[in-house]
Amino acid sequence: MKGEPAVLTGQHFLLGDHACAEGALAAGCRFFGGYPITPSTEVAEWLARRLPEVGGIFVQMEDELASMAAIVGASVAGARAMTATSGPGFSLMMENLGLAAMMEVPCVVVNVQRGGPSTGLPTLVGQADVMQARWGSHGDYEIVAYSPASPQECFDLTVKAFNTADHFRIPVLVMADEVVAHMMERVTIPPAEAIPRVERKRPRQGPGGNGFLPFKADDDLIPPMVHAGEGYRIHFTGLTHDERGYPAITAPAHDRLVRRLVDKVRQKAWEIVEYEEYRLEDVSVVIIAYGSTARSARRAVGLAREQGIAAGLLRPITLWPFPGERVKKLAERVRAFVVPELNLGQISREVERFTSLPVLGVNHAGGAMMPPEPILEAIREVAG
Amino acid sequence: MSRQEIRLAGYGGQGIVLAGQLLGKAAAIYDGKEAVFTQSYGPEARGGASSADVVISDGPADYPLVSRPDFLVAMFQEAYERYRPEMVPGGLLVIDSDLVKPLPDEGPYRAVPATRLAEGLGKKIVANMVMLGFFTAVSGLVRREAVEAALRSSLAPRLLDLNLRAFGTGYDYSASDAPPHPTLSPAGGEEKGEGAPGVRGKAA
Amino acid sequence: MTMSTLIAERHPSDPLFRADRLPHIWCPGCGIGPAMHAYAQAMVESGIPLARHVCVSGIGCTGRVPGYLNMDSYHTTHGRAIPFAMAIALVKPELEVTVYSGDGDLFAIGGNHFIHAARRNVDINVICINNFNYGMTGGQVGPTTPMGARATTAPFGNYEQPFNLPHLAAATGAVFVARWTSLHLRQLKQAMLRAMKKRGFTFIEVLAPCPVGFGRPNDIGDAMEEMTLYREGCVVDPAAPLDSLDIDLRVKDRPIVLGNFVDVERPVFDPLAMMRPTSEAENNTAVAGKTQEGQ
Repeated sequence: MKGEPAVLTGQHFLLGDHACAEGALAAGCRFFGGYPITPSTEVAEWLARRLPEVGGIFVQMEDELASMAAIVGASVAGARAMTATSGPGFSLMMENLGLAAMMEVPCVVVNVQRGGPSTGLPTLVGQADVMQARWGSHGDYEIVAYSPASPQECFDLTVKAFNTADHFRIPVLVMADEVVAHMMERVTIPPAEAIPRVERKRPRQGPGGNGFLPFKADDDLIPPMVHAGEGYRIHFTGLTHDERGYPAITAPAHDRLVRRLVDKVRQKAWEIVEYEEYRLEDVSVVIIAYGSTARSARRAVGLAREQGIAAGLLRPITLWPFPGERVKKLAERVRAFVVPELNLGQISREVERFTSLPVLGVNHAGGAMMPPEPILEAIREVAG
Repeated sequence: MSRQEIRLAGYGGQGIVLAGQLLGKAAAIYDGKEAVFTQSYGPEARGGASSADVVISDGPADYPLVSRPDFLVAMFQEAYERYRPEMVPGGLLVIDSDLVKPLPDEGPYRAVPATRLAEGLGKKIVANMVMLGFFTAVSGLVRREAVEAALRSSLAPRLLDLNLRAFGTGYDYSASDAPPHPTLSPAGGEEKGEGAPGVRGKAA
Repeated sequence: MTMSTLIAERHPSDPLFRADRLPHIWCPGCGIGPAMHAYAQAMVESGIPLARHVCVSGIGCTGRVPGYLNMDSYHTTHGRAIPFAMAIALVKPELEVTVYSGDGDLFAIGGNHFIHAARRNVDINVICINNFNYGMTGGQVGPTTPMGARATTAPFGNYEQPFNLPHLAAATGAVFVARWTSLHLRQLKQAMLRAMKKRGFTFIEVLAPCPVGFGRPNDIGDAMEEMTLYREGCVVDPAAPLDSLDIDLRVKDRPIVLGNFVDVERPVFDPLAMMRPTSEAENNTAVAGKTQEGQ
């Protein structure tokens, strides 16, 4: 049975969820394990049809615990692997997200945010998983989380998520939201050869030699990755381990390992961090907004400018690492920040860490897209 | 054209969502414009009512939702009555003349017996394409060729011919005996029956 | 002492183990070690190169098995070894993937994964060391603790019906089901060999003494006594009805039934089955269910 190619080069009018799925395929994802949960279900449905067409494996798992375990398993066997979920499922995935961080297994998790806590609003938008994305699994680890604001970015950032995951050997999140996932827009898919591809670092010595240390990192703090069945006889464990991969249950070993896991990302945060700036040249009020809310914020900037207020937008594309240095820099020449988000104040706390200027949150717990008007109102308030 | 908001509304099974997606696709892929399509996903969306929103603009469509439709396409009485108050003044109302009876105070509007024309083509389910054809003609938002290209790239080959014919039927209906702009003087009249095309107003 | 003496003292199985990880964590008298050795021997005798064997575990005393074996090994989270292993087996079907874990890991926290992997007939082997308790955390009651047995979290005796594991495995779809003890090492190794030869989801329960976690609170003097209990109480009866395989240590003279109880063929889980050319699909996949009839 023949299907369409893995990279659907051309222009398409795609749902955000479907664009995530196509981004995964274009990035070379060949394993998806997931459990249906709205509003992410369309990712699974799309890949259930598309993955087999390109020789990839789609498995609808029994739950999200299994989904996350399966993508880590697929990745240790050498596949680029992904799952997609929403709030309640994201909570269940925290367990093996930590395993991926500890074992240094690259994988991608798409979380299409809906209203929470608990079952919350199954089909309606929320942005309240932002801090869970950062801190959700127990223990210290660094995470990279992208925040798409359009179907095009659902595609682009899913591709990027795979590359970041493979480069750093970490789990990477695509933190979409229901509005972005359920809207259709033009998505331009480049030719296959123009899809950026960062390969996993692989061992330089073959199996069989003595003294191979599978978790010995290079100067970049990233160890080369060995896959199952290559003859290296490796051991991966979620326990604290040494460079051999053997359990090492001591304070010094733990500090050494966790510090390296954190530092390998932290020292390159400036390379990972991404944001978009809109009309910040002469700005006095900076809106910081992400995902679907950034689209309302962009509209609010226009409305504010019509009223003579020099407003602009800083849109974090990576929520984690957060573009805090950029905030710090902007704080030198503006009056205030306005942070609209569909939660009761999460990224606004992060903004506050980087400035002593007023930070005005515009908050709604979720259920509908934030309209531009309350953002405009906040801009007027801080503009005085 | 800076930003135009279009709401298509009917009941489940009429293909409202597909019509909206094709309109958005036509604008964004085949007509050089920006377009964003959204629909309601709440649990209430499972009931009878169905709606689809499209925003078409020359520049990036930042805010994707339709709040004050410039165009309302109604294929169901309840949908008409529900969304009519949200329209911008002077917006264009387009109805299925067999399924929607305008309120007495309704201003100018355009009407097409989309469902009946579809039945004439042998398949009631292509009423959405008849309506899309008619709307394409009377709105002037997207070129005919662009929408036809969207149909060709979206529909299964075995369905394409019928859908293109339905689209053409609706498109041509607009020109049969009525000018394509709502502000022009009404053509057709009550005495011609509900199937009559063209602009209507309470004065007609 | 010379080097040559040292080498002469090596055990033939030494290359199979990570000597640099010794000593192991298991208590004296624990049944996991012998069962691990049976697995190592089965791998050697399987004819499948060691480099193609993969061992995956969850958490617990048995979960440490892969770490002591000199092979590709993955020590995952509590209960999640099966979905992790499934994905390895799907991505690299040429590998012989075995999950080696304990009763609590596989049937309490991981129970859902077990039944679904069996239902799908995923091509992995599951070896469960059943020592009737959570040993690593100090002897808590678990899903296989016999009725009446005491545990730190069942101080008045267990009042929950335990799983009959072979029955559960067979009912949920395993194509090979066996139960042995860590005293029946030859039979156990043979069962493992059979499991490695077979495609599909195979399950072997290994009853193993846990003199510290289970024996002590239940007045079983030491490991020897627990082993004697098993030796005297066990009967081999592969034809025994699956629903008669419950273990109840309260009833004197009630036997613990051992054997290879199930050995059948069923289409093996293959997510790409529907995409493969028909001839290939008929040989080994779910779409070809009909070809399995009448065997």
